[in-house]
Amino acid sequence: MKKGKFSILEHELVPEHMVIEESEIKELLDKYKIKKGQLPKIKLSDSVIKEIKAEVGDVVKITRRSRTAGKSLSYRLVIE
Amino acid sequence: MPEEKEGVAEELMKSGVEEEIAELIKEEFMQAELTVDFEELSDMQIEEAYVEDILVMLGREEEGEVKLGDIELKVNKSEMPEKIKDELKKKLKVVRRKLSSENLDEILGKIAEKYEKAQVEPREAVGIVAAQSIGEPGTQMTMRTFHYAGVGAIYITQGLPRIIEIVDARKNLSTPTMRIKLMEECALERNKAEELAVKIKETHIGDIGKIEASTEDMSLWLSLNERELEKRHIKKEDLEEKVKGIGTDVLVEGVEDGKLRIHGNNKFRLTEFEKKVSNLLVKGIEGIKRVLVRRDPDGEYVLYTVGSELKKLKNQKIEGVDFGRTTTNNIAEIADVLGIEAARNAIIDEMMSTLEEQGLDVDARHITLIADAMTMDGEVKQIGRHGIAGEKSSVLSRAAFEVTVDNLLEAAIHGETDGLRGVTENVIVGQPIRLGTGAIDLVARK
Repeated sequence: MKKGKFSILEHELVPEHMVIEESEIKELLDKYKIKKGQLPKIKLSDSVIKEIKAEVGDVVKITRRSRTAGKSLSYRLVIE
Repeated sequence: MPEEKEGVAEELMKSGVEEEIAELIKEEFMQAELTVDFEELSDMQIEEAYVEDILVMLGREEEGEVKLGDIELKVNKSEMPEKIKDELKKKLKVVRRKLSSENLDEILGKIAEKYEKAQVEPREAVGIVAAQSIGEPGTQMTMRTFHYAGVGAIYITQGLPRIIEIVDARKNLSTPTMRIKLMEECALERNKAEELAVKIKETHIGDIGKIEASTEDMSLWLSLNERELEKRHIKKEDLEEKVKGIGTDVLVEGVEDGKLRIHGNNKFRLTEFEKKVSNLLVKGIEGIKRVLVRRDPDGEYVLYTVGSELKKLKNQKIEGVDFGRTTTNNIAEIADVLGIEAARNAIIDEMMSTLEEQGLDVDARHITLIADAMTMDGEVKQIGRHGIAGEKSSVLSRAAFEVTVDNLLEAAIHGETDGLRGVTENVIVGQPIRLGTGAIDLVARK
C-alpha cells in the first residue's frame, strides 16, 4: 500500500480502519448480544474500504478519536 | 474573531464530564485523607514527580507504597474512557507515595462506580434529548446571517441555514468552500502561498485575454494580456497547446503584436467556437472560483476557496498542498473522497463549529448521536422524510411525520402491518411507550 502525501488514509478526518478476525467478530457479537447484520454498515465502494481491500462480510474495527472519551472503538460491517 | 472561537472550544472540551471526574477524583483523595491541591500543582511539579519515579525504578524503591507499575496496570484494567484513564494515571502518580495498595483499589473502585452511574441508563430516549438539546439553542440562532464569518470577503453560510444544510445532507451547498492547508515550506511564506493560490484558482482563456471573432475569415483573434499571463505564470506555448487540444483541426498561429489567430474547424459555428475557446481552462481546478490567502492565528497561511473540488485537488497532487489537513464544508464530497467515517467526523466538526460560532454550547455527544444516525448505513442520509424518518419500519410513525395520506395509502396497498414497537405508534394508539420505565414488563411467577 503506497502512502503518499495524498493518501486518504493519512487524512486527519479518516480514523484507522482495520479488518478483524473471525474470533474477534464472535467476541464482539456475543458481548452486545447482536447479530452481524445489526452492526452499522460501510459500503464496499467506500474509499477507505477500497484502500484497505476489505471484502463483503468483513467487519472493520474503527478507532475513532473522540471529543469526550479520547479514544473510542466502533465496528462496521462491509456491505455491497 | 478566531481567538474567541478557540477559547470557546477549549472551554467546551474542559467542561462537562471531565470537570466532574476531576472533582470526583479530588473528593476521593480527600476521603482517603490525602491533601493535595491539584489546582496549585504546576506541570513542573508533576514532571518532578515523574523524575522521582525514574529514580525509584533505578532501585531506590521504598516498601509499602504503591508502585508505578501497579497504577498503570490497574488503571488500564478498569473499563473507562481513555481520557479519564490518562488523567487518573497522571494524578495518582503524583500522590502514590501517600497511597497504600488498598487506597488505590478503593479510589479506582469508587471512580468506576461513579463513572457507571454517569452513563446513560438503558432505554433512555437519547434521540429525544439530543433533538431538544439542539432544538432549544437553535431557536436563538439567527435565521439569516449576512455577516462575513471567518474569512474576509468570502461569505460562508452560517447559523440555522447551515445547520439545515447539514442535517438535510444537501449535495449542492449554497456556499461550498475548502480550507486548504499547506506544507510547512509554503505555509510560512506569503509569496509561496500566493503562488499556490494562483495554481489552484481556475483560469479560463477569457480571464487572460480578449477574443474577437472575425467573420471575414471565420477565425478568432486572441489578444493576450501579458500582465495577467505573468501574474498567473502561464507560458504562451502551453496555452497554444491547450487551444490545439480542442479539436484535431484547430490551428493556432502567432501573428505580429502578440495576437494569436485561431482557426476553428467547421463543426462549430463561430459564436459557439468563441464561447468554447473563452471557457477553456488553462490553469487551476475547474470549479474553484476564487482563492483567498489568509493567515491563521497560529501564523500559518491557509487558502480559502470559493467552490469546493476535493476530488480534483486530490488527483492533481499539487506540490505544497497538505492534503491530509485540507477540508471542505461539503459533506457529500468528503463521504465520496474520504469515506463514511470521515463524513461522520465532518458532520460533527461542521455542526459544532456552526453552533460555537453562534455562541451556543451544545454537548458534543448529542451531535455525535446525530452524525452516527446519519451515517449508520454506510452513506450519508438526511434526517427527514427522504432519509432516516422515511425509512422507519413503522407505518404509523412515518405517517405521523410527514405526508400522512401518502404513507397510509402506500402501506394499505402493500398490506403492511405495524408492530407497535416504537414510541410514536404507541402514543397514537394510546398505549404506554416502550421507553424508560415503560420498557419493563412484569412477569408473574407461578
